[in-house]
Amino acid sequence: MDLLIPEVGTLIWMLIAAGIVFFILVKWGFPMITDMVDRRSDYIDKSLDAAKKANERLAGIEKECNDLLKETKAERARILKDASDRRDEIVADAQQRAREEGEKIISEAREQIRQEKDEVLRGLRRQVAELSCQVAERVLRDQLGTGDGQIEMIERMIDDAEKGV
Amino acid sequence: MKKFIAILTMLLTFIPMMARDNEEVDVQGIIFGHLKDSYEWHVFSTNSRDYIIDLPVILYSKVSGWHFFMSDKLEENGSYDGFHISDEGAFAGKLVETLPDGTELKPLDLSLTKVALGVIINCLLLCIIIMCTGRWYRNHKETDAAPRGFVGLIEYVVAMIVDDVIKPSIGKDYRRYAPLLLTMFFFILLSNIMGLIPIFPAGANVTGNIAVTLFLALITFFTVNIFGNREYWKEILWPDVPIFLKAPLPLLPLIELVGIFTKPFALTVRLFANITAGHCIILALTCVIFITANMGPVIGTTMTGVSLFFMIFMNCLELLVAYIQAYVFTMLSAVFIGLSRQEHDGEKKKEITNN
Repeated sequence: MDLLIPEVGTLIWMLIAAGIVFFILVKWGFPMITDMVDRRSDYIDKSLDAAKKANERLAGIEKECNDLLKETKAERARILKDASDRRDEIVADAQQRAREEGEKIISEAREQIRQEKDEVLRGLRRQVAELSCQVAERVLRDQLGTGDGQIEMIERMIDDAEKGV
Repeated sequence: MKKFIAILTMLLTFIPMMARDNEEVDVQGIIFGHLKDSYEWHVFSTNSRDYIIDLPVILYSKVSGWHFFMSDKLEENGSYDGFHISDEGAFAGKLVETLPDGTELKPLDLSLTKVALGVIINCLLLCIIIMCTGRWYRNHKETDAAPRGFVGLIEYVVAMIVDDVIKPSIGKDYRRYAPLLLTMFFFILLSNIMGLIPIFPAGANVTGNIAVTLFLALITFFTVNIFGNREYWKEILWPDVPIFLKAPLPLLPLIELVGIFTKPFALTVRLFANITAGHCIILALTCVIFITANMGPVIGTTMTGVSLFFMIFMNCLELLVAYIQAYVFTMLSAVFIGLSRQEHDGEKKKEITNN
């Protein structure tokens, strides 16, 4: 039965030894550990949160990248189309201009030809007139070789003049 | 493996042979000698002599004042300076003073006994362990990797006790009580394990001493009753029951008041009884070797093997019990503290719905 009766001396020793050690551990020992555990679990929570956010942002960035890529592709297509349009335009323009130039040259050439032809014609006419004058001179000279012929001539010419007035 | 079995068989035959020298085995003496406190620390004995650590004896007698001497003075016949170790009666095993008129008087016994020294050793060891662990935390930030090895083990146990026991039992202001409960847990666990190691400086039956468990239970008792809130005292003095149960005869308040004291009492006895029982069984199994050694070599060898097997089994079981009892003591203390810190029912319900 004496096992069941607490000894006062043991209690007092327990009070001294365990009291001091309990005080030290309660005050400084365990708070150090539990605080660190708490802080670390806080830190882990925060890190997880940050990682989640970073992931989300990464996904956002990826989407942005894709959008940008798509946009760039569209831009490129547009620029290419523009360039080809412009090329066609330039070619068409050049063709037009060449055509016009050609026409102009042709028309100038025609004009020149026409002028030259006129000139030739004029020269031809003059020569024909001279020839006919010379012929007429010869004819007249033959006819007006006598005086009768001359007076008849003059009279006819006066008649003509009177009829004309 | 074959070698191991051969050595084991040799030992099993040899040990009973050695033990046969002793004529009579005083089983009760051996068991109670270990379970009870003593004025000296008996380390081990050979056939020729005992190896004993002498401890100081400090006594205060109302008649003859203070006495201080080492325990080796008591050795010859158990008496010194008018004191002797009582054989029977209420003070069996304790030093008593024989007065001139022949009556025996128990002095105030402040001796540094085996258990008291065990308490001091365990306390120092606990302090060293926790403070060494704490040093790691002083030199590290929370952004560093978690500790490994021994510090990691301590941290794991601490986190487990806090998360599994203290937090659910106490509730929102668990942080205030966590260090105290952790200290109790580690002290009990360490003392239990030290009690299982048979050789000095371990081996004192600390948690199997009712004064020690009483002290631990008193810590819980004072924590509960000093920091108990209004709700706690209202539940005791004027609980929510039909009026005839509390007036005119305060039936329920009386039960509750008794309950204040039965709780620490249950804590005291539970820890004490579990550890004492475990030590009893292990020692009894050890004694089986020495009892059966006198019955001839065949029985002796067989029973030594059986007893050895059961001793190993019981030691493993006791390791488990060492942990479980520390866990249970901490858990019940946390529950009692939690009950004394309970908020009003209405508020509690609101809290639950909020969560």
